[in-house]
Amino acid sequence: MLRQEFLYGVLKKGGAVLVNKRLNFIRRKSTNYVMLSLTFLSVVIAVIPLLFIFYYTISKGFTYLNLDFFISMPKPVGQEGGGMANAIIGTFILIGIGGAIGLPVGIFAGIYLAEFGNNKFGSTVRFLADVLSGIPSIVVGVVAYTIVVLPMHHFSAFAGGVALAILMIPTVTRTTEEMIRLVPHSYREAGLALGIPKWKTSLVIILKSAWKGIATGILLAIARAAGETAPLLFTALGNRFWSTKIFQPIASLTVYIYDYAKSPFTEWNEQAWTASLILIALISIISLLFKILTRSKY
Amino acid sequence: MLEQIKLKNKIFFTLNKVFSRSIASANTGDFIYKKLTQFFAFLVFLLVLVMGYEMYVGSKLSIDKFGWNFLVNSTWDPVKEIFGALPAIYGTLISSFLALLISVPLGLGVAIFLSELSPNWLEKPLSFLTELLAGIPSVVYGLWGIFVLVPLLRNVVEPFLFKHFGNLPFFQGAPYGFGMMAAAIILSIMVLPIISSISRDVLKSVPNSQREAALALGATKWEVIKIVLANSRSGILGASMLGLGRAIGETMAVTMVIGNRALISPSLFDPAYTMASVLANEFTEASSDLYLSSLIELALILFAITIIINVAARIFVWSFEKRWSSVG
Repeated sequence: MLRQEFLYGVLKKGGAVLVNKRLNFIRRKSTNYVMLSLTFLSVVIAVIPLLFIFYYTISKGFTYLNLDFFISMPKPVGQEGGGMANAIIGTFILIGIGGAIGLPVGIFAGIYLAEFGNNKFGSTVRFLADVLSGIPSIVVGVVAYTIVVLPMHHFSAFAGGVALAILMIPTVTRTTEEMIRLVPHSYREAGLALGIPKWKTSLVIILKSAWKGIATGILLAIARAAGETAPLLFTALGNRFWSTKIFQPIASLTVYIYDYAKSPFTEWNEQAWTASLILIALISIISLLFKILTRSKY
Repeated sequence: MLEQIKLKNKIFFTLNKVFSRSIASANTGDFIYKKLTQFFAFLVFLLVLVMGYEMYVGSKLSIDKFGWNFLVNSTWDPVKEIFGALPAIYGTLISSFLALLISVPLGLGVAIFLSELSPNWLEKPLSFLTELLAGIPSVVYGLWGIFVLVPLLRNVVEPFLFKHFGNLPFFQGAPYGFGMMAAAIILSIMVLPIISSISRDVLKSVPNSQREAALALGATKWEVIKIVLANSRSGILGASMLGLGRAIGETMAVTMVIGNRALISPSLFDPAYTMASVLANEFTEASSDLYLSSLIELALILFAITIIINVAARIFVWSFEKRWSSVG
């Protein structure tokens, strides 16, 4: 009797284990499928807004896109047409000033970090460059305001350029350093073996080999600067008129988009879309240009 | 004989001189090169210090007047010149937190798909798309927010939420469209590429031996992913914090959709304010010294918060990299 009960118990338990195992397997499998499809779903959800944004920028942007937009000035409210010639040239001037200040600092600082930077000062600078890249662009604008606008007593393209330069520096510094570090050590040794001084080796051989990567970093920095609005709001300010003077307020595409988007006039809102389309096209052209330039040379 | 020796000495001497000069000049060249590049590196160093110092000096007036009260006072009244940053700090933190609530799970899902599941032909275009997303200027996001997202929220999403979940404190009030919810959504779209691309790199750097070991024990693909995730916890945390840093400092898109009112309200429909949008809206209008000084103090707080977050994020990512660098 006792034995029978015992056997029965064992059988029951074994069966339960088998059933449990089977259930467990089904559970694991289904969790697997559910979770894997969830990851795919998140990709789909992530891509949708992007397509949305592209669709609207392109479809709405084309309504006002014509030659006039590039060569004529903004018109007062109520008048048809008009363009953003001053904003387009202003964006180029701002990028030019920013690049003229920011690129040398970034490139040379990057060279220092790669060539001589294996010390405490080097790692501090590296760390600070990383910190700098995380600082919000509006804070950079405030700093440019206190450094440039307050002493000069008026808004200017130069102040906007300084703000953009500060934003460019960390990207350029870090990519320059990384690209120089990627150059094989044998290049440097070959240069030194020929009796070329270290500075010449670094400038002529190393920098030339790393140039492609550095140019990519520069392009990234410029493209980012071209899309910046926040630091320009109270440095370059914006200008409704034609101006190419460095020490006067200057117009830029991004500030125009901001102003026109907020305005209650439908026409201006439409023009903001066109300006966005031009801005995105500009950024894409910058990156394409650099890619072609760097590709054909090497 | 003597002549010969003299000549020899002379040759030797000049040769020596020439060589030593060239060596010396090379050394001077190197010296100048080093000092020159060091100067520019020092400029980067100086820049961060100057930034902090300038903002401290600029906000001295407001710091002296309000002290720590600035952080906890919820009145922002330019007319009576009473400035408290609490609504702006609240808005900044809540909008960023909500944005992360959406974009961390999504970004992680994208990262998992890209690193563990996607076939090669799909991975490249998807990475390209995320890069594009990161390259769109924030003012264009804002434009899209004003004319597409806000009407959508006003006419469809917010009335729906109000109708079905209206008794919750989060979905109270009139559905303007402009408000906390729009800001959180647009921020989450902007932060997503950062989180997903860094997380993908983190997941990819977990050694394959981990995956193979799990597979050999009969794990399903998801169980393998769970192990990979467990191994890259600190890296993913770092990626999320970098996203948080970006969300906190994001200005234009948020300013354009958040409604810009210094208001502390639990409802997601209500307009709010962030530190960055206060600066963007009011900086050029600052009429008095105290007003300007308070605005600069806001910038200083923003500066401090983003530095702390970025440093912490880098420490997390760095500790993750260090962990696997020995395993290979």
